[in-house]
Amino acid sequence: MAFWQPGAPSLAHLGPLDIAVIAIYFMMVIWIGFYLKKRSNTSEEFFMAGREMTAWIAGLSFVSANLGSLELMGWAGSAYQYGILAAHWYWVGAIPAMLFLGMVMMPFYYVCKTHSVPGYLKMRFGQGSSIVAAFSFAFMTVLMSGVNMFAMAEVMKVVLGWDLNFSIIVSSLAVAAYVALGGLRSAIFNEVLQFVLIWGGALLVPILGLVEAGGWDGLKARIAHNIATGDIPMGDYTHMWRSMGHFSDNPMGVHWTGIVFGLGFAISFGYWTTDFLVVQRVLAANSLRSARMAPIIGSFFKMAVPFIVILPGLLGLVVLQNANGSHMQLVGENVVKDCMRGASGLATPAACSADLATTSILPETKKAVLSGTGDMELHSYNEVLPLMLVRYCSPGLLGLGITALIAGFMSGMAGNVSAFSAVWTYDIYQPLINKKARDEHYVSVGRWATILGVVISIGAAYMVMSAAGIMDYVQALFSFFISPLLGAVLMGMFWKRATTAGGFWGLLIGTLTSIGLWAWVKVDPSALRYVALSPDAKDMAENMYRALWSVSITFIVIFVVSMFGKARPEAELNGLVYGATKIPTEEPVPFYKNEWYWAVVAIVAFLGLQIMFW
Amino acid sequence: MKSLESTEISIWFFIGVLLTVYGVMILGYGLWELISGHTANVVLANLHAPVWWGAIMLALGLFYGVRFRPGNQQ
Repeated sequence: MAFWQPGAPSLAHLGPLDIAVIAIYFMMVIWIGFYLKKRSNTSEEFFMAGREMTAWIAGLSFVSANLGSLELMGWAGSAYQYGILAAHWYWVGAIPAMLFLGMVMMPFYYVCKTHSVPGYLKMRFGQGSSIVAAFSFAFMTVLMSGVNMFAMAEVMKVVLGWDLNFSIIVSSLAVAAYVALGGLRSAIFNEVLQFVLIWGGALLVPILGLVEAGGWDGLKARIAHNIATGDIPMGDYTHMWRSMGHFSDNPMGVHWTGIVFGLGFAISFGYWTTDFLVVQRVLAANSLRSARMAPIIGSFFKMAVPFIVILPGLLGLVVLQNANGSHMQLVGENVVKDCMRGASGLATPAACSADLATTSILPETKKAVLSGTGDMELHSYNEVLPLMLVRYCSPGLLGLGITALIAGFMSGMAGNVSAFSAVWTYDIYQPLINKKARDEHYVSVGRWATILGVVISIGAAYMVMSAAGIMDYVQALFSFFISPLLGAVLMGMFWKRATTAGGFWGLLIGTLTSIGLWAWVKVDPSALRYVALSPDAKDMAENMYRALWSVSITFIVIFVVSMFGKARPEAELNGLVYGATKIPTEEPVPFYKNEWYWAVVAIVAFLGLQIMFW
Repeated sequence: MKSLESTEISIWFFIGVLLTVYGVMILGYGLWELISGHTANVVLANLHAPVWWGAIMLALGLFYGVRFRPGNQQ
């Protein structure tokens, strides 16, 4: 296996100092794994980190598990393409759900001492719902982990010229080692470390970018200038809600109802409150107060993430330049692939020419690209963050930025495999295969499940490598399960009358609804007018409305089926349902340590951001 | 219940060590650039980002490394 591909084209060239920065990071994560091995001997320690996390550690880990490098680069690319609209995924698409988890849902998750979200469903709705949720989560988690692994390896190939096998093997071995050794505690420790690195490596880009652009006002003025000269497509790049009145008013093809109800409720609440990947971090908190504070602390950092993701994307619109000094215009991945150069000029000139005609690239740039000579190269939207890193970061700082991307990937993957390991052991292996084993046996199963999760992820990565089209399907599959799960958990948590049969059928029919709507639009694209309520809607709007339909159907099915069944006695619902649970009273603390105070501050900050960028 | 920060080595100590090492490396490179005049071919090299960014990382690293060193947990 060739680890390096000498001479392969790449955006960045690492020096010895950069390599040293990356190598030290890998040594550190493995050291942490070995160090924590002695503190993960019982199942409570291995799967729940002994429930010893402080609010800060649980909160940072909660955000970090979600902050994968693909997310960083993908949303920076979306900001270049769509402007500040991309920040909806960080603000309305995250903050209300995080606060709801902390202030409303966490007491139930925490008081019932569940080990997982399927575990909560088992207590509330019985084994059937739990098994459906556990299998779908376990299957999709490792598959998604593999897809992300492949995508990350591709990024490393483009940015650094690294061989795909090298990136996949090295990163997955490191993750497998530290999670299998130290369990959730090791994953959480590393996620906090990675969170610091992500900020340390990426924060310099927007700071220097703003200096170069002349501050926020300078950035806005230069965007307006570039629109006037035709360098970038027409659009409102710096306002979040003004172009949301109609699907066709914005390049994302979304409507404000889709953003508020689809993204802000169905998708965001589904992900942040029921996806065990993130909820597991909060369940490991050392007290109910810490468990409630963790998502609130996380919400402040989540609000700040657009500064290192969205802002670099916007800055890329005005500061990036080609080698000849002209303004650089980024394009879609398909255009970059079709316009790739072979040994004798462009490999597919006809396809390249057709693709370029659909872009807003300036005529002289098109001519230079089509000539297949000179130093005019096309880059995709997703490369905006690495391009900005290369623009400003000298040796050492570049290594730090690349380490931030690798750390982001590894924290996401560690989150996936540690959650997979817990769900496999507690919700599949224990109830279905071996009910009464000793505690050490389950820890051993958890360690092997971690390794198995990594092996399946690697297999999925190679499957995607052999047929890239699978990637879209896998990503769509993941969305099928999130919203119905939200419907089932919410009805179970807030309606005492919800029955076991209602939970099971609601979850199943909600999932089938989501799959059915997706298949309908695949077979007949004109169905978009019904699924997304407008023929002008685009993919993102379709996802939002599909999630909304799915959660609504789940609510309705649970309601109807439950009305025909017999509810469980209230005494059995203690710790599981609102109105039947006595929430433990907490020691009074000064206001600045009170979770309600910080939740209100977070809401005010969130609303302030919406008004500021209205 | 023992909190994580009272385990033998705190996560903040690991972070302190890493930031200190990175701070020394990046600040060291920045100072070398400043003294030798061999600046890297990057935009805004005149701002000497490695010097002040490396110094910030070093200061934070030393703070966390010392404050949360093993045997000194709160």
